[in-house]
Amino acid sequence: MHFRERLQAWRYNLIPDHVIGELLQKRWIDNAIPFLALVIVVAGFGSAIPGFFNPASLQDSTRQLGEFTLVVIGLTVVMLGGGIDLSVGSIFALGCFAAVACFFLFHLPTGVAFLAALGVGVLFGAANGYLVGYLRLRAFITTLVTFIIGRAIYDILVVSFGARVQLSDAQSDLWDFIGDGTLLGMSVSVLAALALAVVTHVVLTRARPGWHVLAVGGSRRSAHNAGIRVRRTVFLTYVFSGACAGAAGFLIATRLSGAGPGTGQGLEILALTAAVVGGNSLGGGRGSVVKGIMGAVIVLVMTNGLIRLGYGTGTNQMVLGLLLAAAVTIDIRWLKNRHKVLNEVYVAPVYLRMGETQSAAPGSGTPYALNNRLAEAEAIGLGDLEGPEDVILDRDDHLYCGTRHGEIVRFFAPDYTRSEVFAHVGGFPLGLAFDRAGNLLSCVGAMGLYRISPDRRVTRLSAETRRSWTSIQDDARLRDPNDLDIAPDGKVYFTDSTKRYDAHDWALDSIENRATGRLLVYDPATGRTRTLLDGYRYTNGVTLAHDNRSVLFCESWACRIHRYWLDGPKAGTAECLIRDMPGYPDNINRASDGTYWMAWLGMRTPSFDLSLRHPGMRRRMARRLPQDEWLFPNINTGGVVKFNDRGEILQTFGDLTGTAHPMVTSMREHKGYLYIGGILNNRIGRYRIEGADPTWTANDAYWGRP
Amino acid sequence: MLLRNLDQARIVLAITVAIFIAAALGLPGFLDPGNLIAIVRSISVLGILALGMALVVIGRGIDLSMVAVMAMSVAWYLHLLNAGWGDHAALGVTLGAVLLIGAINGVLVAYAEVPAIFVTLATGSFAFGFVRSQVITSDAVNVPARHWILTLGQMRPGGVPADIYVFLCLAVAAFLFLRFTKWGRYVYYAGDNPVAARNSGMPVRPMLVLRYVIAALSAFVAGLLTAASLQSINTRVVNSTLLYDIVLVAVIGGIGLSGGKGGVRNVLIGAALIGIMLNAMTILDIPQLYQNLIKSTILLVAIVVDGLLNPRDEQTAQQGDI
Repeated sequence: MHFRERLQAWRYNLIPDHVIGELLQKRWIDNAIPFLALVIVVAGFGSAIPGFFNPASLQDSTRQLGEFTLVVIGLTVVMLGGGIDLSVGSIFALGCFAAVACFFLFHLPTGVAFLAALGVGVLFGAANGYLVGYLRLRAFITTLVTFIIGRAIYDILVVSFGARVQLSDAQSDLWDFIGDGTLLGMSVSVLAALALAVVTHVVLTRARPGWHVLAVGGSRRSAHNAGIRVRRTVFLTYVFSGACAGAAGFLIATRLSGAGPGTGQGLEILALTAAVVGGNSLGGGRGSVVKGIMGAVIVLVMTNGLIRLGYGTGTNQMVLGLLLAAAVTIDIRWLKNRHKVLNEVYVAPVYLRMGETQSAAPGSGTPYALNNRLAEAEAIGLGDLEGPEDVILDRDDHLYCGTRHGEIVRFFAPDYTRSEVFAHVGGFPLGLAFDRAGNLLSCVGAMGLYRISPDRRVTRLSAETRRSWTSIQDDARLRDPNDLDIAPDGKVYFTDSTKRYDAHDWALDSIENRATGRLLVYDPATGRTRTLLDGYRYTNGVTLAHDNRSVLFCESWACRIHRYWLDGPKAGTAECLIRDMPGYPDNINRASDGTYWMAWLGMRTPSFDLSLRHPGMRRRMARRLPQDEWLFPNINTGGVVKFNDRGEILQTFGDLTGTAHPMVTSMREHKGYLYIGGILNNRIGRYRIEGADPTWTANDAYWGRP
Repeated sequence: MLLRNLDQARIVLAITVAIFIAAALGLPGFLDPGNLIAIVRSISVLGILALGMALVVIGRGIDLSMVAVMAMSVAWYLHLLNAGWGDHAALGVTLGAVLLIGAINGVLVAYAEVPAIFVTLATGSFAFGFVRSQVITSDAVNVPARHWILTLGQMRPGGVPADIYVFLCLAVAAFLFLRFTKWGRYVYYAGDNPVAARNSGMPVRPMLVLRYVIAALSAFVAGLLTAASLQSINTRVVNSTLLYDIVLVAVIGGIGLSGGKGGVRNVLIGAALIGIMLNAMTILDIPQLYQNLIKSTILLVAIVVDGLLNPRDEQTAQQGDI
């Protein structure tokens, strides 16, 4: 190997490029930038301001933070629902006044004052919600106006009653405790904010009303079509925001024991900046309470810090303006370009040098030499079928196959001209197998392992395995279950071809060529699925050896067949049985004479083999070219190969015309005939095998004669 | 048929006339020439700002930074003059800053595709904060003695203050631009359906930038006129409700916030209504606080009516267009 090539191998196989794409797919990645900003701001101001971290000073700031956080949480929920609420500052001030008036002017108990503040908030919020939700006015301008109205009312009230509040002699221990006291070392407002944050977070992420909010924010029309009451949901977000701001107003009322002309001034832009800086998206659907809280801390530390550092009037506005503009711009650009970035970096090819292979050219004299025998196969369901990846026959000789539409289709014996939809599963049914009781088991692409009983009941057996410790993307989920076989003890051995791509993107996996295929076993006794082997390049077909002591499975993109020992001295280990074949293997099944059938979905080409040694080239290709101009493995020529337990190639069957069976993904022997399926084909082939046992069926071979 | 002809501008015009007649009959001194001139003068600054705002709103945008630009640019200008700068240099610097803010607004809205309300809210806050904290030292800045701005404020050609002429000239210019120039017509197309306008080959984005620059310039002119009549500029105006008065004039005159509708006529009608109303309220001796409440309530009603008359078009509305 040349040094340059070795360097490439190191570069692409040792540096985990794929991690970037997987990280970008994580939802929490959106939190990374605000979190970084949070750390920088707190560290920066904390070191610049002497005594920033001492408890008394912290106590005072956190009290303010608690109130502010309440407001921001409310605003966050509104924004998640696709709206915006600028009137929070006015509601805050009015709530404060309501509490103060109840307590100082009317000498009502603290609890009533709290309810009054909350009530004012709910009413005001309901007005906003009615205007924006039911009348469908523009949220920004509408709440801007209600903000002015609220402010005007508040100013009038303060001018009229402010003096009388100051002269009042109302007293209450509870009032003072809420304003000044601490519980477990934390002020009441912080505790309130924390409690609300937890509750709101749980509701947003785990409960129906929260999901409705997110759905409406994500797409109004889709939410409407899904039956969500969009207008009511929007209305309720404003009510919630109003209640939060009202409660915050109550807290500041207890803290300051009064309502001055400056209460809540500029709060709307502070809260808005906080929500956006935290990473909540304008237009809704994306965001969380945690983001709101991070934004609240950033903004409050920054504005308070600037004041304490002695910067004059206006500095805060300047910084807030910059912060808001930057955060909004980043948010919009990120939202717009995230999927583009993801598309570009997700495919992260690795280096592989394929071994030398023998030719499969007709007449080349090698055991692999292809011929034209499959062209003679008679067609079943021609034109009616789309994508029979696997085919199988039951004890009554009926023929089953999966289709692209998520159905299992059954053709009736003996002539296979009539068909019916046996069951609708969804997904893309791939591998099929019958168990002892006559249930049909299927590996359904993008879904999992399913069982269809003879009376057509569909049951999910498994959709996940144990998650591996180093995974970034959740690899517990089965993304591409491909083929299966059932052992005499009922255990189901099956493959999950890749962790990186969904079933329909299998071609992308061939470009990337990363070894993430798995061999799994499902145990019906426990209902659990275990991972037996990991790290193969697209595990595909599976079959139990005739003696049931081992499992044969193939590794498509590496063109190998492996044997996994279930029994004997090598139990639990795998060894390679056939390597460096000229074709990409797919399903494997038993043959009547004690050997095995293997399907080839395509043939290796020198050009693609070469490209596997140039991962940089494939990466550039995936980034710069449209997908239909990419270099893919050749899947226009395939075939069926017969091999034995020692890994010797015995026979080949091909279709050189390329019309009937160019690509073969599956074949089954049944009573002297070979039934042939192809994932991109429009038919099932039926080929008479010379010299085969005309009574042999797989069901008898596996489960004995009934 | 009669109902169909009753568009918002006509309704508002009728209301304006009605209020005018009622005030003329009921309020002593309302019809004095001095008072009438005061009304027009009071709305000339508002009107100039509303012309800029109208241009932006017709193109489906909004500029919340206008008042900040108006106050802070002039404050900066006067501050430089007071610091001994030459008139040209000072004017050059502030004009440059005004153009820059307008261009930043436009570029962020047009090219970064950030909603206009957020951009202009942020730039307005920034403009105020920057000038207030970095440039000037007190809230109000006086016009230096014997400056041309003072002369402008005292000019009375034909017994009418000069700012009224400025307003009328700008109104005519805006009218000609919107009605007779190619780019003026494009404003309507871009406001009505930006994507369609872009697909048909109009330079939608450069035009958007231009509109925000014009709005910033009109704010600067309005600021100069304010300084001329008051002989100083008070930056606390940024915190007042002037901004909402501007939106009020545009919306109440019938310029739908969803864009593509209205013109200079609507600005004039809206400004007339607001001017007469404010004047009547002042004569009635209603306190400023209550005036704010009344104005904002009217604005809310106007927006509700606007929302009912010009419902949002779900086909051309954009995600995040709130």
